[in-house]
Amino acid sequence: MFKQVFTSALIAGLAAGALAALLQFTFVVPLLMEGELYEFSDRVHFREGQIGSPRLAPEIWGELPRHFGTFGSNLVTYTGFALIMVAAFLLAQKFGKRIDARTGMIWGLAGFLAVNLAPAFGLPPELPGTASAGLIARQTWWLFAALGTVSGVALLGFGRNLGTALLGTVAIAAPQLVGAPHLDAYYGVAPPELATLYAVRSIGVAAVAWVAMGWLAGFLWEKSEG
Amino acid sequence: MTKALVAVRANTEILAIVSAVVLGFGLVFAAGFSHSATAHDIAHDSRHAIGFPCH
Repeated sequence: MFKQVFTSALIAGLAAGALAALLQFTFVVPLLMEGELYEFSDRVHFREGQIGSPRLAPEIWGELPRHFGTFGSNLVTYTGFALIMVAAFLLAQKFGKRIDARTGMIWGLAGFLAVNLAPAFGLPPELPGTASAGLIARQTWWLFAALGTVSGVALLGFGRNLGTALLGTVAIAAPQLVGAPHLDAYYGVAPPELATLYAVRSIGVAAVAWVAMGWLAGFLWEKSEG
Repeated sequence: MTKALVAVRANTEILAIVSAVVLGFGLVFAAGFSHSATAHDIAHDSRHAIGFPCH
C-alpha cells in the first residue's frame, strides 16, 4: 500500500516538476526576467520622450545556479502536489472509484483548477516587482481559494444529489465572492502586455503539468494494482 | 481474510493516506510558502511561475 502510494506519487510528481520547469524555462522565465528589468528600473516603460519599450527578453542562461533552484523547487512542489493527489486516489478507491490514466487526467485537471486557476482568479501570477497587498493576507486567501475549490470540486464530482452540488458551488464561489486582498491603487511598472502574457503562460504551463501528472499517476497506480 | 487482517489492512491504508498528505503539504509549504529567506531565494522563480503569493 505504501509502495503503491509513494511510487506513483514520486514518479509522477518528479516527472511533472521536471516538465513544468522545462516549460517555464521556455515560456515563462524569459518574461519573468524581462519583468525584472522594469522591477530594477533597467528599463522604464514610457520613459520621458519615449513611446513604448522594446519587446525583448534577456538571455536567461547566464544565471545557471538560479535555474537549478527553479528546477529543484518545481520538483519539490509538484512531488508535494502528487503525494496529496495520490493519497486522495487511495481514499477514492476505498469508495469504489476507478483510478487509471483516464480518470487520472480528470484528477489532474481538478488539481489545476484548485491550485492554479481558482487562486489566479483573485491573485493572478505576478511579475517580480509587482506591488501587492501583505504577504500573509495573500497566502491566507490563496489557501482559502485552493481548499475551497478542492472541497467544491470533490462535492460536485462525488456527491450524488442537488444538495451536495449546491454546497460544492458555494465552496468554490465563496473565496471569490469574499475577494482576494488587493491594494487600492495600481502601481505596475512593467508593460501590461508583458504582465498579461506572463500570467496566462504561467497558468497554461501549470495546466499542462497537472494534467500530465494526473495521467501518469493514474497510469502507474493502475499498473501497480497487479 | 480474517477480521484482524482486514483491520490491519485498513490501518495501513489510513497510515499511508495520512503520511502522504502530511509529507505532501510539508513539501508544498517549504517550496511555496515558507518565509525563510533561503527557501524564498531558491524557489523565487517557481513561486512566481506557479502563482504562489511571493514577496
